[in-house]
Amino acid sequence: MKKVYASAEDALEGVLHDGMLIAAGGFGLCGIPEMLIDALVKSGVKDLTVASNNCGVDGFGLGKLLETRQIRKMMSSYVGENAEFMRQYLSGELELEFNPQGTLAERMRAAGAGIPGFYTKTGVGTVIAEGKEHKDFDGETYILERGIFADLSIVKAWKADDTGNLVFRKTARNFNPPAAMCGKICVAEVEEIVPRGSLDPDMIHVPGIYVHRIIQGQHEKRIEQRTTRKKETA
Amino acid sequence: MPWDRNQMAARAADELEDGMYVNLGIGIPTLVANYTGDKDITLQSENGMLGMGPFPFEGEEDPDLINAGKQTITELDRTSYFDSATSFGMIRGGKIAAAILGAMEVAENGDLANWMIPGKLIKGMGGAMDLVAGVKRVIVVMDHTNKAGESKLLRECTLPLTGKGVVNRIITNLGVLDVVEGGLKIVELADGVTEEELRAATEATIVD
Repeated sequence: MKKVYASAEDALEGVLHDGMLIAAGGFGLCGIPEMLIDALVKSGVKDLTVASNNCGVDGFGLGKLLETRQIRKMMSSYVGENAEFMRQYLSGELELEFNPQGTLAERMRAAGAGIPGFYTKTGVGTVIAEGKEHKDFDGETYILERGIFADLSIVKAWKADDTGNLVFRKTARNFNPPAAMCGKICVAEVEEIVPRGSLDPDMIHVPGIYVHRIIQGQHEKRIEQRTTRKKETA
Repeated sequence: MPWDRNQMAARAADELEDGMYVNLGIGIPTLVANYTGDKDITLQSENGMLGMGPFPFEGEEDPDLINAGKQTITELDRTSYFDSATSFGMIRGGKIAAAILGAMEVAENGDLANWMIPGKLIKGMGGAMDLVAGVKRVIVVMDHTNKAGESKLLRECTLPLTGKGVVNRIITNLGVLDVVEGGLKIVELADGVTEEELRAATEATIVD
């Protein structure tokens, strides 16, 4: 089966429909599927529910899909400094389901591993626990959280081979592996598609079984908070 | 004189022991890394890294290498990277010895509020709920009072909670307090701060 596609538009051909649930990798602007987000904007698909830790920033990343009003609901842990997000949320145009960050990651991982629900201590006694099943194990109270079974996963990796094996770089891995696992279809964009056999099989982060379509391209990789220290001069 | 930010961070660093894996929150907690001295401390960044190094030199920033505050950082010779599910697995699984974090309010029963002010601040909890529920020891570092001069150590939190009964120790500009049966217990006073001053600035019940 051929997994490599010529462009992000090609790679999304036939997998989009209004009202769908998309899981997106990335943390802040680090390791986000920039090209696939742009292609979603171009496609005009709408009423999306997007499970992603953040929602980009104004005008970049998932923030672009907010500006075009293609997102109906976000499932996130942190929406940070995103003025348009805040405006749409406060005016009631956008639905927001806050998830603790680890719960969000595990909901994706669990779904990808065929687990429809799991119990966690995270959020017990807070608004997050409201309306959720509580259960005691060994004297501790836990709440039930559900797996996120997405219609589509969009992720960004560093390298792939043509069978979809993925390798990430540094903290750009973040939500990408769990997001890749939880979609019926996973499309990955990478910086480089390398020949089969050139990735060390012991060093694959996401095995190709989770990845259905791959594209290669240029990434802007914007830095959100540029922090540095001065070189000490002798 | 009450402690300043750096003195609070230095005091918080005293809580850390050789060999600990620790998660530091944003703000004053970040400064704790400057005061660990010779102790062998491994910093966790919940976006997927153990062994967090200092900020990079100018011109050496890497967009693929950031901390949980989205700041550019560096790696060390001990560094490992992993995905978010694995990262919170080690947090939820109790492998992280301590989390040092800031707070808006702490109650005398250890309840913590630091993620939201209804109608005003809606940014999200990020990893804070997972951290306070999962790590072995939760240490809050914050000013004793808010900008209006009101105690941030309360009988009950007024803001939405991050975790219920999760705080172990509180380090403020006035001193160090532990959450114990029945209220807060004074462990230490900042240099030049009297017990009367600390008590007067505290709404929460102080037990002996």
